[in-house]
Amino acid sequence: MLRMEAVTKIYDGRGRTVAGLRSVTLDISKDDFLCVVGPSGCGKSTLLLILGGMLSPTEGRVLLDGQSLYALSPDKRANLRREKIGFLFQTFNLVPYLSALENVQIPLVLAGLNGPCQKERAAALLQQVGLADRLHHKPSELSVGQQQRVALARMLANNPEIILADEPTGNLDPDTGEQIVALLEEINKEGRTVVMVTHDPRFAVRAKKTVRLRTGSVVPEESKPAEPSKHCCPH
Amino acid sequence: MHLRTIVWRELFERKNQLATSFLAILVGIAAIVSIKNVTFYSEKAVAKELDALGANILILPKSASLQGYYSADLQDEEFPEEYVTRLSSSDLQGLDNLSPKLSVPTEIEGKRFTLTGILPKSEFQAKAAWQGAGIFSRPQGCGTVVVDTTCNPPPVQETLVRRRVIETLGSTEALVGADVATTLGLNEGQTIKLLGKPFNIIAVLPQTGTIDDSRIFVHLHRLQELTGKGSVLNAIEIVGCCNQISKGLVQKINKLLPDAKVVTITQVVDTQIKTNRMMSRLSLIFLAIIVLVGGASIANYMYANVFERRREIGTLMALGAGTSFILRMFLLKALLLGLAGGLGGYALGTVLAVTLGPRLAGIPVLPMWSLLAWGTGLSLAIALAASYFPARRAAHLDPSAVLQEV
Repeated sequence: MLRMEAVTKIYDGRGRTVAGLRSVTLDISKDDFLCVVGPSGCGKSTLLLILGGMLSPTEGRVLLDGQSLYALSPDKRANLRREKIGFLFQTFNLVPYLSALENVQIPLVLAGLNGPCQKERAAALLQQVGLADRLHHKPSELSVGQQQRVALARMLANNPEIILADEPTGNLDPDTGEQIVALLEEINKEGRTVVMVTHDPRFAVRAKKTVRLRTGSVVPEESKPAEPSKHCCPH
Repeated sequence: MHLRTIVWRELFERKNQLATSFLAILVGIAAIVSIKNVTFYSEKAVAKELDALGANILILPKSASLQGYYSADLQDEEFPEEYVTRLSSSDLQGLDNLSPKLSVPTEIEGKRFTLTGILPKSEFQAKAAWQGAGIFSRPQGCGTVVVDTTCNPPPVQETLVRRRVIETLGSTEALVGADVATTLGLNEGQTIKLLGKPFNIIAVLPQTGTIDDSRIFVHLHRLQELTGKGSVLNAIEIVGCCNQISKGLVQKINKLLPDAKVVTITQVVDTQIKTNRMMSRLSLIFLAIIVLVGGASIANYMYANVFERRREIGTLMALGAGTSFILRMFLLKALLLGLAGGLGGYALGTVLAVTLGPRLAGIPVLPMWSLLAWGTGLSLAIALAASYFPARRAAHLDPSAVLQEV
């Protein structure tokens, strides 16, 4: 479904070049729950952004259902993201001046849904993540856990096939983190592909597959770990 | 929810910055609207004043002096009456009234007076070439006194004194100036002998304090016939539109009649020209200030807004927003800002003009709806132009870069 072919990303800045990714090849099939682990600066977020069509690679290509993502124009990639990809961020990235309901409505506005349909779907999603009583609260009036659940509902609004989650539990306490990962597992069971970047070994073991990155390169594939400590970042 | 909901909510998120930009454009538009409003009514008032003075352009024989004309009203030299045809059939704008004249000295009961031949309006209408030129049907665009000849025609005395024209004048009719009437003890309805022919006095003109008071007016062609001078004149008085005079009407007449001398009441016209220039320069200065200050303020606000919202922009892009969505988001905000600034500026500027105009300029000032469209259009243009580049920058932000920022 999603394939990276020998993807290299070089960052140029202040006369220096830094390799974000080095010839990474990766196959992610439908229904996968892939966990990307590695130390800070190893290229996890770069990998996620490249997979999401947000950052063009220096070399190599990314295929989504056989279509080369970066052969498309930026606006066509944006359309593809709107239709097929959902992003979940560590810092939630909610729009501060909009209510929970309106935040979830954003992808539906972009998809051109009419007002009543937007409201109905957004309210149902917020109910699904347990926030039926917080529809009209602004992000600043919600706890961090609730904010991440709003972000989760927003991510699901356009029913994406692929979920790209960048350290979604990074800012949450263990219990709330657990709730979010449980929700991601549930989403995966519904048949969606989940790619999650995490530092937390407890959540990494919940994935079906793990990819470890070190200085931009994939460390040889390991099968499903028996012990979490063997497969996660040293924390 | 729509794009406009997002824009509307965000507009009030950063109220202080918004207020600064809004005030800059509001005050700028208000200033320019009030200046334009006062200027318009001021020009109109001055034009009315000039109109009340009567003729403001004189066409004289080449060798004649203005001083000579006003002191004695007699010129040695003459020019052909055909000049009137040339003027009438020209495409010159701003000739509100033409009054061709021939003056000769005359002696009545041992006293010297000036006998002046004038052409009534009916003569103009009778001549096809002149009628076609539509001298009297031209719009009186500079605040001239409208002489309504259909319902309540004003007294002949007023039209001749103020407008230098009368409706009709028979070949045996005469009008006498105030001094002539007093000296000779003449009244309306009496008969007077001029150049050996009897004339019926149809009106005694009011005192004007000018040479007109010692004039006797008769039909131009009758006077030409009685004096045997033929179709000649020694002056054409013109009520020219003051705006057109300031735009070079005198020079245009000079070009049309190179063998005549065209003079104007320079002091009065110069004052008007100077006032117009000063007001238009003031308007231009304010226009430049508002474009610079208002535009810079809005551009600065928009650039700051884009910078502060880069994470939000990145998130929207991650959710599938394209460049046009982001561009529209910022331009719609600019549009709202420009619209509010324009409408508010018009309202404030109009209130200032209407309340302060009479005190500062001593003239009544009324609201002008045309300035609503003008002020709003200007405000919108400034807001959109100033916001275009910040909006474009937002639309082309690298979403990965802003999302990777901590």
